[in-house]
Amino acid sequence: MEKKDLKKVYHNSFIGLIILPILIAVLPVVIPSSYILTIFIMVGIYALVCNGMTMLIGYAGQISLGHAAFYGIGAYSSAIISTTYGLSPWIGMIVGMIIAGIIAIIVGIPTFKLKGHYLALATLGFGIIVFTLFKEFRELTGGSNGFFGIPSINLFGFEFNSDLRYFYLVWVFVFIGIIFSRNIIHSRIGRALRSIEGSEIASDAVGVNIMKYKLQVFVLSAMFASLAGSLLAHYVSFINPDLFGAMTSIYFLIMVIIGGSKSIWGSVIGAATYVLLGELLKHFMPILLPNKGGEFEIVFFGILLVVTLIYMPNGLSPQLEKIFSKFQKKKVTIETPLQINKKQIASGGENQ
Amino acid sequence: MSEAKTILKVENLTKQFGGVVAVSDVSFKVNKGEIFAVIGPNGAGKTTLFNMITGVLPASSGNVFFEDKNLTRKKPYQIAQAGITRTFQNLEVFSNMSVIENVMTGAHLTMKTNLLMAGLRLPMVTKEEVKIMETAMACLERVGIAGLAHELAITLPYGNQRLLEIARAAASDPKVILLDEPMAGLNPEESRQLVDVILKMREEGMTFIFVEHDMETVMSISDRIVVLDNGVKIGEGTPEEIYQNPKVVAAYLGDEEEEYVNA
Amino acid sequence: MEFSSQIIQLLFSGLTIGSIYALIAIGFVIIYNVTGVLNLAQGEFAMFGALISISLVKMGLPLWAAVILSIMMVFLIGGLFERVAIYPARKASVPTLIIITIGVSIAFRGIAILIWGTQPQSLQPFTDNTPIKFLNAVLLPQNIWAIGISLVSLVVMFYLFNKTFIGKALTACVVNQFAARLMGIKPEKMSLLAISTSAGLGALAGIVIAPISGASYDMGMMIGLKAFVAAVVGGLTNVPAAIGGAFLIGILESFAEGLWSSGLKDVVSFSLLLIILFVKPEGIFAKASGKRV
Repeated sequence: MEKKDLKKVYHNSFIGLIILPILIAVLPVVIPSSYILTIFIMVGIYALVCNGMTMLIGYAGQISLGHAAFYGIGAYSSAIISTTYGLSPWIGMIVGMIIAGIIAIIVGIPTFKLKGHYLALATLGFGIIVFTLFKEFRELTGGSNGFFGIPSINLFGFEFNSDLRYFYLVWVFVFIGIIFSRNIIHSRIGRALRSIEGSEIASDAVGVNIMKYKLQVFVLSAMFASLAGSLLAHYVSFINPDLFGAMTSIYFLIMVIIGGSKSIWGSVIGAATYVLLGELLKHFMPILLPNKGGEFEIVFFGILLVVTLIYMPNGLSPQLEKIFSKFQKKKVTIETPLQINKKQIASGGENQ
Repeated sequence: MSEAKTILKVENLTKQFGGVVAVSDVSFKVNKGEIFAVIGPNGAGKTTLFNMITGVLPASSGNVFFEDKNLTRKKPYQIAQAGITRTFQNLEVFSNMSVIENVMTGAHLTMKTNLLMAGLRLPMVTKEEVKIMETAMACLERVGIAGLAHELAITLPYGNQRLLEIARAAASDPKVILLDEPMAGLNPEESRQLVDVILKMREEGMTFIFVEHDMETVMSISDRIVVLDNGVKIGEGTPEEIYQNPKVVAAYLGDEEEEYVNA
Repeated sequence: MEFSSQIIQLLFSGLTIGSIYALIAIGFVIIYNVTGVLNLAQGEFAMFGALISISLVKMGLPLWAAVILSIMMVFLIGGLFERVAIYPARKASVPTLIIITIGVSIAFRGIAILIWGTQPQSLQPFTDNTPIKFLNAVLLPQNIWAIGISLVSLVVMFYLFNKTFIGKALTACVVNQFAARLMGIKPEKMSLLAISTSAGLGALAGIVIAPISGASYDMGMMIGLKAFVAAVVGGLTNVPAAIGGAFLIGILESFAEGLWSSGLKDVVSFSLLLIILFVKPEGIFAKASGKRV
């Protein structure tokens, strides 16, 4: 057996890894608009957060309603280290990831002993606590007034101080993240994670240390989110706690679910859907309903979330995969519906 | 003729649920290379005993010794690390994976790749993956379902899923495989296939411990048997000895008699 | 201000907000036990109750009519919510259902912005709201209304659950859904009733607090979450425990705000949540065997 036989096991496709980078690379050439670049920078930053969350939610079968906390930790770490202490932004990024990772371990150990509702609530509570702390530690973070003056990133003298440069920077990170995650999925670790969802009791019996893997994925997802937060901080140069509250955590969750939690591409699809849809709504709603201010577009995201969960629980990515496979004449990826009751298939007799 | 060498020793194992004693002071030994059966009428405590050995239920008191290690009250994944794997009565294949992925996951403990190495896709990772795929295919061939390698595991017929579970249990090259009612739900053809696999693996040195209701199979393939009734051991020995043990006969017949009277 | 009168003041405002949390927490517990769903949209019913009654009063209705009509309307909204979002997803997994309720709460908030905009509004107090002096502390009559109405509602709920057939049917669903079905009780109808009733209770909570802290599209989220914490502290399995948890949270928050810092009161509540979840997930007051499947 050889390496190429592994492809049959992984039912892999390299198309995404070829097409998407090309599309991203030529985007600024095809559409030379600063506004579009800004949008796609945000898509990239969000996709990075969602990448980690997809591993946690879709592959390890957990949930996190407080991930904005890690996003914020990265942002504030970068802000404080590069502005208050004047150190290199790269150090800020790394420190942020380390802090996020440590907090993830400390919080994760008791949290992942919980299941179902209790797990969700614990992550929610954690997120709110961190958010409140961002507001309260005013000397450090600037509190509700925010943190100003975050410098831009530079690499050996090359400053990333334009939208164009930042766009490529962000998307390099996004693709590195996607490749890293894919490598994990297509390995012993990926199988161990998926086995937790496939049958937790059998996973245990086969020797998978479930707690250890849940924690590892949680830490990984925290670091991804932290990295994204750092990238945000250096891009917008001004941050405040409201960027990292409970609603933000929930928006990340929405992106993961709409994109599809079972596929790493879901993170990009979900982030893109959220940002693009949001922009479309911002432009068209005032035309349709001229007198209404405020962000009522959230109605759509709420409804979209509910509809997706009920009718399309695996999100958009399986649909897109089907479209691509038509061009390729390869076997469509094995897809398991979200709520399949395996016992109904085999035993035939007893249900529930 | 190999000398009998104890590989698993259960010593005074007891499980209490509040006031109910499900398993009481049970002791027995299993020898390397044996096919060892745990039988008893309904409610005898077989499953509870099984779950204590496999770490699913913590024992209230007593010990389980495996080779020279004390495995009592360890968690299931630690028991697997020691070299004991199992199958499940109600089928617990990994529903979201293909057949071969199931078996590759079964070999989890034999691999060294960790998160960082996997993410960076170091050359050793790919080498290990290929090796594990080969091992998994070999396991599938051994149980006879290699042709189904890339099918989604839950779409397999019941009997084949059972075989898959055995392949998966064997993938980590364990020393003992525990089978939880392996014959349950199988038709005669499937039962024969399963028995063939077990006998073949025993010849290769595997030790099997199984809980079973199907008397025909138990009597025909077991080397030794332990009999439980109401949580207590009432007999231990070869099939012939058990067959003639008056307490065992009474336990099974007594059951039938009661059913008859109360019907 | 004298220390003892400050304590009484804080205690009183703690009881006030605690009674609001209690009304909403009861709704949680009812819904959770009858349907198994953790309804994270619960707080939005309070928001609707408050805003709808404000609008009705603006349209010229007397306060008492606006209150009653508003509660009835939110009762219906609750029913609609059950039919459209909960019922179709009733077989889904726990995380899915939680996220569905999150989605609904977002949608509700968006609708509220559409109808009422983002500016906070206020409801007139139920009676003349001149502060009362009590043991050197200053109390608002509206606070008394809040606590009083909540207590009355609790008593009414207790009566309904234990003395009427419908109430007992709901309780039966909590205790053993399968057996309840055998007795001819339809869990689907009970699900609808449970959610609608909880919505009505939530609406009442929102109406009662509106004269004190105003009403706006985003008031529901935090109130709902705090009530949630209260229900978890109480154990999610029985109503009196949730009520106890609610008052506990209300008082703790009030004291944290008064004696420490208002920003940190959220940290106090949610830290308590985490402590309970990590140490005793069954809650402080839970009965021993209240384990929900």
